[in-house]
Amino acid sequence: MKLFVSGDAVARALGADELAAGLASDAASRGFTVVRPGSRGLCSAEPLVEVETAAGRVAYGPVFEEDLASLRPVLFDGGEHPKRLGKLEDHPFLKKQTRLTFERCGLSDPGSLADYRSHGGLVGLAKASEMTPSAIVEFVTQSGLRGRGGAGFPAGIKWKTTLEAPGARKFVVCNADEGDSGTFADRMLMEGDPFLLIEGMLITARAIGAGRGYIYLRSEYPDAIRVLGHALDIARAEKLLGPSFDIELRIGAGSYVCGEETALLESIEGRRGQVRAKPPLPAHHGLFGCPTAVNNVLTLAAVPYILANGAEAYARHGLGRSRGTMPIQLAGNLKNTGLFEAPFGMSLGELVHEIGGGSASGRPIRSVQVGGPLGAYFPPALFDTPFDYEAFSQRGGLIGHGGVVAFDDTVDMLKQARFAMEFCAVESCGKCTPCRIGSVRGVETIDRIAAGDRRNENLTVLTDLCETLKYGSLCALGGFVPYPVMSALEHFKEDFQSPRPAASRAAKRNP
Amino acid sequence: MPITKPFDLAEAESIIRKHASVEGPLLPILHELQAHFGYIAAEAVPIVASVLNLTRAEVHGVISFYHDFRTSAPGAKVVKLCLAEACQARGVHEARTRLESTLSVKMGETAADGSVALAPVYCLGLCGNGPAALVEGRAYADLNHRGFDRCVKAVKS
Repeated sequence: MKLFVSGDAVARALGADELAAGLASDAASRGFTVVRPGSRGLCSAEPLVEVETAAGRVAYGPVFEEDLASLRPVLFDGGEHPKRLGKLEDHPFLKKQTRLTFERCGLSDPGSLADYRSHGGLVGLAKASEMTPSAIVEFVTQSGLRGRGGAGFPAGIKWKTTLEAPGARKFVVCNADEGDSGTFADRMLMEGDPFLLIEGMLITARAIGAGRGYIYLRSEYPDAIRVLGHALDIARAEKLLGPSFDIELRIGAGSYVCGEETALLESIEGRRGQVRAKPPLPAHHGLFGCPTAVNNVLTLAAVPYILANGAEAYARHGLGRSRGTMPIQLAGNLKNTGLFEAPFGMSLGELVHEIGGGSASGRPIRSVQVGGPLGAYFPPALFDTPFDYEAFSQRGGLIGHGGVVAFDDTVDMLKQARFAMEFCAVESCGKCTPCRIGSVRGVETIDRIAAGDRRNENLTVLTDLCETLKYGSLCALGGFVPYPVMSALEHFKEDFQSPRPAASRAAKRNP
Repeated sequence: MPITKPFDLAEAESIIRKHASVEGPLLPILHELQAHFGYIAAEAVPIVASVLNLTRAEVHGVISFYHDFRTSAPGAKVVKLCLAEACQARGVHEARTRLESTLSVKMGETAADGSVALAPVYCLGLCGNGPAALVEGRAYADLNHRGFDRCVKAVKS
């Protein structure tokens, strides 16, 4: 029998290692093996402990060291306890999900390829190995899979371009530089089901004819680096990776803009992470000048399911041109935070109130930022927006990498707009003028508005500056920073006027 | 405690040569130099440049571009507190103020006695359990509640 103590970074950050150590001798004396799986996705129930019983896996959470004394006597039989959550499959947070990409995460042992196999892993790769490269590409195109990194570009078309590009050497590069605040799906997947990503990259390599793969993983994710590195070692030892296709793990160095695909390629090549002008596309002229498919972790991790279960099985989920499921990340001031994988189409309000359970602070939710630091802030009036690439774009927003960050009514939206500009200034690669200079001017202009210095004129300047950034920047960093700024200005105008009640509300809470 | 040791030519050269044959070796080299010595010493720059056939300016440009790379010895413990939106929404302002006063250090600075440095970081992927921080590469969450004491203990131990 097994005892599962979550090994996800969230659980460890809350003391799961101490729990595992505290339960080790009890587990051993009762014949239980302690396994450290990834997260089952309910971050607000971490650290999570699950025990195998005749009736299935019984969960307890959040479990802290002070719970151990009362938990020990009942835990191994799945007995009653105030922290008992029962079987997580029946928990509303999980019951409402459709898990295709995260079907295994939190269930299997991320340190065992055999366990990955026994949970249905490598079936997609076996199917792909009987198909021609162009048949795989066609299959993925039919599934409707779009890039999960943020841009939503059809994966099949990107692969087709790479496959057809002439070149003796080709690469598949996994973008694991998940820098958007409010997103953690890549991290959770790499820590919970690393072999899925490896399988996805093996299939992609076959589809485009790549002989080598790179995973560019950010340095802010030490747990993911360790788990994925270990999984790569296992995959090499078990000959899944080898001379015909190997994957090199590259670690970032704290630059947000390196999540932009061309800056990422520059960084792997050993240069400053400065954005390249496109064209040429990476599919034609990518890493070391060779045709390269750059895909996000979630895109690559969706591929094994599609191969194993068919393009139709994936495409039948979703809405309009957004097919399949999206691993949505509920974060910030919500009661139930975590990973929620669902078909496209659920409304933002449903996600925030029904799934997220409203604010953690108990105060009304005033604003939700979707899609990371470059995503728009939506007020409750727009909570009927369905989670879908096109629907968000029609309302001046974006879903990006699927992060949803909720703020209660103590938020000062002028401050959030200022932060967006400040962040852009800190992280700008400096290559194009609108982003490098415009972001600094944006901070100064917002400071003048806050100080009441020629407010209306400066609001005009800010709007004009955002236009320049939007249309004149080389990449999405400068190009999208107007989303949070302008949405704050449009939907929360009162925070930019005088007096600023939001500022005094915020000051009261955060003196 | 991060390793900070005086620059050693032979050690630096062996690190550089170990990675020199991979494609795009500069970031792996800089990471390992920093891990080994605690920071990237000015003396290392010309050697890296010469082995990789780059100019010193190019190497310096890369070191100065990335937030992770430092060119002087850090505090004995480095605390990286996430200041991004999700942690803002969960009240990082409060955690920051408490950390600054408990550890006697300002954000972006090293304490006068060199015991601790506090630096900003933008997202650790612990966005549902913030505020969050890394202490010497180990994560701590829920800093406005139970996580605070654990985090401070890790700094002071």
